[in-house]
Amino acid sequence: MLTMGIDIGSRSTQCVILEDGQLLTYGNIETGPNSTENSRAAVEAAIHRRDELWGEYRMQLPNTDTSHLRIEDMAYIVATGYGRVVVPFANANITEISCHARGAHWFVPGVSTILDMGGQDCKGIRVNERGEVTKFIMNDKCAGGTGRFMEIIAAIIQLPLPEIGPISLESTKKIPFNTICAVFAKSEAVALMKDGASKADILAGLHEAISARVLALLKRVGIEEKFVITGGIAKNVGVVRKVEDKLGGLKATIPAEPQIAGALGAALFALDRARKKAAENTSRTICSAPGKEAAPDQGLIP
Amino acid sequence: MEEALRQAGLKLEEIKSVISTGTGRKRVPFAQKQRTAMSCHAKGAYFLFPQVRTVIDVGAESSAAIRLSADGKIEDSVGNDKCAAGTGIFLDAMSRMLRVSLGEMGAESLKATGTVPISSMCVIFAESEVVSHVHKDPPIPCANILAGIHDSIVDRLFGMAQRVGMEPEVVMTGGVSKNVGIIRAMESKLGAKVLVPEDPQIVGALGAALFAQQENGIRESC
Repeated sequence: MLTMGIDIGSRSTQCVILEDGQLLTYGNIETGPNSTENSRAAVEAAIHRRDELWGEYRMQLPNTDTSHLRIEDMAYIVATGYGRVVVPFANANITEISCHARGAHWFVPGVSTILDMGGQDCKGIRVNERGEVTKFIMNDKCAGGTGRFMEIIAAIIQLPLPEIGPISLESTKKIPFNTICAVFAKSEAVALMKDGASKADILAGLHEAISARVLALLKRVGIEEKFVITGGIAKNVGVVRKVEDKLGGLKATIPAEPQIAGALGAALFALDRARKKAAENTSRTICSAPGKEAAPDQGLIP
Repeated sequence: MEEALRQAGLKLEEIKSVISTGTGRKRVPFAQKQRTAMSCHAKGAYFLFPQVRTVIDVGAESSAAIRLSADGKIEDSVGNDKCAAGTGIFLDAMSRMLRVSLGEMGAESLKATGTVPISSMCVIFAESEVVSHVHKDPPIPCANILAGIHDSIVDRLFGMAQRVGMEPEVVMTGGVSKNVGIIRAMESKLGAKVLVPEDPQIVGALGAALFAQQENGIRESC
């Protein structure tokens, strides 16, 4: 049984396809302006296993050809993320908070605290032993500490996004940043560059400011083992180290593909729904007159 | 400074007391003392308009609301220098996006036939929101977008003014108050007239000069 999860974020879109709950393939693309085209492009990237934009595939995928798969082959499709309501072919949509929790739980069974650092928001999520959300706090008002912030800084520093994490670790001098307002940080970084400050020091200073900010968010939900970071910024080793430094010995677990946690969670929810639907269909076929169709799925969230 | 001295036909040596203010106040080599931007703005505004009880100052990278007592003392104040929302840099970014010069934004926004609400507080997010408005089909008139931008800044300033317990009359100072669209939006939100100095950008420096004069008076009387 094939199920699909699709996570339309503000900056990136992921599609995950599961076969009976096992990861079959996934794709990760930059979110485009047209929602329909965007969701289809994410599916294309998954079935053809394209890795053009966000680096190589970090997870081992089964050696089966998936390029012939079509949307119609999916038993159930769940959309999530900020653009979840505009996926035309989805059977249902579920909030990204639930999906990230579910995905993180799949990657790291026993996870208790999740920090999701996405393109335009940042969330602290607490989950129970079943991977269900018990509490969450979200910042979507300010670009400070989001992927967008990182993109702006990478452009100013003139380094590719994947390099800013490792380079920041080479810092030798502390530069304190007074604010994490992306607008102010940008002008401060430009001024520092002119004064001859090293890229590593500037980046380390910014990572420090961001980690202080996300830590405050985490403290409000309460931090407990196991602690997982998801979202694109989890790939930035500089931020991860700074956050860990502040946690006093508590290590962060980073999923092999931190960006797909939401889509993966959605695909797992899709599997639940598909199984439920199949079970209902079977019982209906047994109980009711042969040939009578099951009630169409309305795709509503309970 | 040299320009001011030249206009007045004075030399620096003739100036008895110099007080600097603002973000760069510690880097003025010839200043004897420093005063915070907040106290200088309050001082300057009270000097210009003794009836004023609330000062809203909006500079390039900061904004502040100050409540004054009847004798011009600061009773309460809040400032924002951590976030670009509600500061001049917000307008600057929007002016570049919409290709309307800062000087024209105010007048242009008064032509609005409606207002497009800007829901993002963060300048970065507001930029993308404005882009999406610009590319809407049918296109939204630029004036309506500008009106929305001004409203969003005013909302933020109004919130700050409420926190200090705004009382009439209200004066707006700083470069952003040169924008007539902002002033009108603030007036409609307040339901009252907003005072604007002839040159709203010099109020801080004027306040500093008044403090310098006071210092001088004290020293001479000693």
